[in-house]
Amino acid sequence: MRLRLMNVRRGLRGIGLEAGLLLIGIPVLLWTLIPIYHMLLFAISPKDAAFSGQLWPTNPTLRNFEMVMGQKHHFLYHFWLQMWNSLVISVGTAVITLFVATAAAFAISRLRMKGGRLVMNLALLTYFIPAAFLAVPMYKTMGMYGLLNSDWSLVLAMATLSSPYAIWILRQASDKLPVELDEAAMIDGASPFQLFRLIYLPLMVPSLIAVGTYALLLAWNEYLYAFLLLSKDTAITLPVALGNFLSADDSPWELLMTAGFLYALPPAAIYYAFRRYMSSGLTAGAVKG
Amino acid sequence: MTSTTIETAARRDTSRRAGFALSEKQTWGLLFVAPYVAIFIGFVVFPVGYSFWLARDPQLYVQLAADPIFLRTIINTFIFLVVAINLKMALALFLSGFFTHKRWWVKVLAVLFVLPWAVPSIPTILSVRFMLNPEWGVINTLIFKLTAEDGPNWLNDPALALSLSMMVHIWKSLPFWTLILLAGRLAIPGELYEAASVDGAGAWHRFRYITWPSMSTLYVTCTLLSMIFTVGDFNSVYLLTGGGPADLTHVLATLGIRYLRLDQIGMAMASIVCALPLILPLVFFMMKRLSR
Repeated sequence: MRLRLMNVRRGLRGIGLEAGLLLIGIPVLLWTLIPIYHMLLFAISPKDAAFSGQLWPTNPTLRNFEMVMGQKHHFLYHFWLQMWNSLVISVGTAVITLFVATAAAFAISRLRMKGGRLVMNLALLTYFIPAAFLAVPMYKTMGMYGLLNSDWSLVLAMATLSSPYAIWILRQASDKLPVELDEAAMIDGASPFQLFRLIYLPLMVPSLIAVGTYALLLAWNEYLYAFLLLSKDTAITLPVALGNFLSADDSPWELLMTAGFLYALPPAAIYYAFRRYMSSGLTAGAVKG
Repeated sequence: MTSTTIETAARRDTSRRAGFALSEKQTWGLLFVAPYVAIFIGFVVFPVGYSFWLARDPQLYVQLAADPIFLRTIINTFIFLVVAINLKMALALFLSGFFTHKRWWVKVLAVLFVLPWAVPSIPTILSVRFMLNPEWGVINTLIFKLTAEDGPNWLNDPALALSLSMMVHIWKSLPFWTLILLAGRLAIPGELYEAASVDGAGAWHRFRYITWPSMSTLYVTCTLLSMIFTVGDFNSVYLLTGGGPADLTHVLATLGIRYLRLDQIGMAMASIVCALPLILPLVFFMMKRLSR
């Protein structure tokens, strides 16, 4: 009897916990999804139905996707070109970041070069300059270098912003590799470059994926620098094009949301594909602090 | 300047210890670090130096202090930092506890929960902006349907607009900090909680005497880091309110761009220089924490 009473009480407490969890979970779900769902709703609604406040359109349609992908509106004449620009710039940023940060982390962590600590600290200092503060100076500087409206300006700017964190993460990962590896290789007559190529790079692959993805997403998602550094319709990336919708009075919102939805798909897919690397590589760095 | 100090350091090192392998190592080290040093000099040292030079005229600061928008911006930035970040971090701490519960639907929710962070801010912030449109936006449409009265003109009231910007900021970056704090929570050994349960500790006591002591350092680090990032958060304000109405919702991140658009480059730089006293102590503290 007493045992059964205890079971009942424990059962009741269990139900209370489940109810409590649901009471948190449902608002969290709504809070997370409403802006995204609203965007999707616009994308699949006919032009006038999007404003009706319905939860699901009466006549869902893919016409907006057809308009965007067929570049059938004057806001969208360069949609695919701008998507391509975004792709080129984010891949370029990822490649340069990986090249610069991998080499620097190797020199600092494995070669223990003199002054490595100074370089690391300067990089960290850069990481802590708020990106918006560096934007205006960067814009003026790119103008002086004659790089405005070229892909290179944004690639180099984004690589400047992403390298410090990349170096920091890679250095931490590299510090965990045993020193004995290097010593053994050195005794066998390996040069530092062979050490880099044959030992360091293969062992660092998971961190390299994390850092590459980080730089790729950072560049793909960037708005402020893109809109300062690029202005020609054929040179801008997709986010700048989307931002330009705002300046017009007759903006076709449903098309803007459709284009935005298409633009948001690749980073979300990449994030989920590399989530394992991202969370182990990137959060580990932050947690250690 | 950096590379020369490194070079002299390297040279001194070679002369002190005559081993060939060591000097080879140092040479390679310089070679490997050179690309980053080049980027650092070309795109950090030079722009920063140049902007200080542009902001050298003391008259600019007199002008800045006389600009009511600048004062308003400082106040807005301060409110943004204090309210948005503390609210966000407290929520993140709370939700990180929620996500430690092992249920299949909590796992699914955790995957969906990172969406705001994983997708670019432009489309989602614009989506929120459309929701808030006073005439056609879905929120006011619903308010009209339910109450037969017109909803507020959300983004036309500076206080409301700034609050909504903070909300967008929280929406966007809450997942990231929740994940970090969740990783921190999962690092706490489970035996501690089991032992506490045996001793009859309730949820509050478990949090107060186990979770918080092991998380407080991480929590403070995250809060400071988030402050630094948030000072540079351009999108949440610019894309939602554009600094309006009447330039009353600018923060330091958007003010520089406003001056740039008005072709007042000196003012843009000066406003950033004025922000340094706010940033540098934070940066200094974080550097000490992270570089060790």
